[in-house]
Amino acid sequence: MTVTDYETTVRGRAERVLSLTGINKRFGAVQALTDVALEVHAGEVVALVGDNGAGKSTLVKTIAGVYQPDSGIIEVGGQAVSISGPSAAQHLGIATVFQDLALCDNLDVVANLFLGKEHHLGPVMNEVSMEKEAWRLLRSLSAKIPSVRIPVASLSGGQRQTVAIARSLVGEPRVVMLDEPTAALGVAQTAEVLNLVERLREHGLGVILVSHNMADVQAVSDRIVVLRLGRNAAEFRTEEATTDQLVAAITGASDNVVAARAARRAAPGEGEQ
Amino acid sequence: MTDLRESDPTAAPGVPVAADAADERLIRVVSPADYLRQLWGQIKGGELGMMPVVLGLIIIGTVFYLYEPTFLSSRSLVSMMLFAAPVGIISLGIVIVLLLGEIDLSVGSVSGFAAAVMAVLLVDQGRSLWLAMGAAILVGAVIGAFYAALFVWVGVPSFVFSLAGLLAFEGALLWVLSDGSINVPRDSGIAEFARNKFLTDGQAYLLVAVVTLAYLGSRLWAIRQRRAAGLTPPNLLGIILKTAALGLGLAWLTYYLGIARGWGYLPVLFAALVVLMDFLLRRTRWGRHLFAIGGNEEAARRSGIRVGLVYCSAFVLCSAFAALGGVLAAAQLTSVSQASGTGDTNLTAIAAAVIGGTSLFGGRGSAYAAMLGILVLQAIESGLNLMNVDSDVRFIVTGGVLLLAVAIDSVARRARSSSGRG
Repeated sequence: MTVTDYETTVRGRAERVLSLTGINKRFGAVQALTDVALEVHAGEVVALVGDNGAGKSTLVKTIAGVYQPDSGIIEVGGQAVSISGPSAAQHLGIATVFQDLALCDNLDVVANLFLGKEHHLGPVMNEVSMEKEAWRLLRSLSAKIPSVRIPVASLSGGQRQTVAIARSLVGEPRVVMLDEPTAALGVAQTAEVLNLVERLREHGLGVILVSHNMADVQAVSDRIVVLRLGRNAAEFRTEEATTDQLVAAITGASDNVVAARAARRAAPGEGEQ
Repeated sequence: MTDLRESDPTAAPGVPVAADAADERLIRVVSPADYLRQLWGQIKGGELGMMPVVLGLIIIGTVFYLYEPTFLSSRSLVSMMLFAAPVGIISLGIVIVLLLGEIDLSVGSVSGFAAAVMAVLLVDQGRSLWLAMGAAILVGAVIGAFYAALFVWVGVPSFVFSLAGLLAFEGALLWVLSDGSINVPRDSGIAEFARNKFLTDGQAYLLVAVVTLAYLGSRLWAIRQRRAAGLTPPNLLGIILKTAALGLGLAWLTYYLGIARGWGYLPVLFAALVVLMDFLLRRTRWGRHLFAIGGNEEAARRSGIRVGLVYCSAFVLCSAFAALGGVLAAAQLTSVSQASGTGDTNLTAIAAAVIGGTSLFGGRGSAYAAMLGILVLQAIESGLNLMNVDSDVRFIVTGGVLLLAVAIDSVARRARSSSGRG
């Protein structure tokens, strides 16, 4: 997808699917989130980055309904909502893929995809319709899963991530949050998952990508939101941000190793610019 | 996105490929040789299913038959099936609890206590049979609900509360049976049902025909549904062969049992319960959720399954099956004594479920495990009885078989994890 496509998608329709403003969350003596704002548009990948303890997980869990914010406004599709729990978030169209994926290894791909949302005719499950829908979902993600009737345990890490992401799409969400989707994956599998993220954007979903990996973030996101110590530290258009800018925003200092090396590299090249 | 069909040289152009057969990495199973190869791959990968217990049954049958040919006589088989049924029903409940990765050690005591409740109401107080049986099964269900409350709300491990139940309900049995023992009249409906009621030849063959046709119908329906949905239908030849094997096998068994008394009502009830539970476990959402919790409880909880409710249903069903089994065992022996349900009932029921192939680690097993497992144990008991061996040897042999079954489960589990089958 090119930059111009992105412009037309986001600027053209500019449908804000999720917006958080002034979110505060406190755990005892710790102010985990202070006045945090976040916006996600349809067909946009927003990367959420930050150091350990920056408040990423707290923010993700707040959006997923695991925590309730102490104050602040959450709007879904332009309407203020309160997310009382994980199932409420799912009903509002917010799907979350947690880092541990939460798959049942003893069940096959179809069973995992539709766990808790089985198609049924009366008390009996409709396996045929589930299998058909499973193939449709996996095809729409161009997923490389050879068979949907094999236990999830026999799949590779990337394929398991694919199943987890495909499962988040079963409830027809508007926003998908991915928590460290590439953390445990190899090179090829990471590329596979990043392709999936691209595919989610093409489907017009808002995607929130939490990651520590700057390369992944820069490869796939449209916007990067940096959190530091529970506050919005910076926000970049991905194509305008450099790695050292990001690192500086994440660490809150420009005198770190990455910035220093970038400066050393930039110094002899200044004349060429 | 490239269509995988285009890159598949074997696919005829223009012929739509079923959605589930499009991936070129899939090994297609078309000929019977492919089928056998796939089967062998599954065995090597630790996907044993019923194979060990069926093999065990054949070996046990052959060994005892060689020693004492009357072991496989029609009369001997009829009585084996009759005696296997009550504990088999208890074992069916154990399978459900084991699928969740939990255990119930108190099924024997619960079965004895429920039988005592039935006997007291029926004989001592002269209530109607239905009321007495209903009360006994209700007692079982209430015990199960109590267990579930302890497990879900208080968080007591199932091993501990069922061990407590084992002692407590043995005490309750002694308390209810203050006189020592109660005889269930031989002419009461329940004793007749458990001892003397047999299907007539006509009824038995009719039942065989109905079962075979129902199987065939369900498979043909599956072909139709899958074809309509654009998925690979099951192999028609395979279905016809399986249906023929099922129909002829059951018909032959019916003929052979018919030489003696035929199919007892009690084994037929047990078989019907097994088929019903198998259906519930594999085809309903409840069964799917049961397997999911046994596989990964946290994943099940996060996907919105009401985990507590599923645990509750499992413990209630297990104790209710235990109560039903206890009542039927009492009816078969025509008495309830202070020894009812104590001793080896407990461990036989649990051992049967495990020997039949239900994993102690949760998430794997089937209702048929209870049936095959109890047949193995009953065959050993009957065989050793025929050989006039005392119960000491029987316990040792049963223990050995149980150990073997668990060892096979563990080895298969290791093979699965090394071949990526979980």
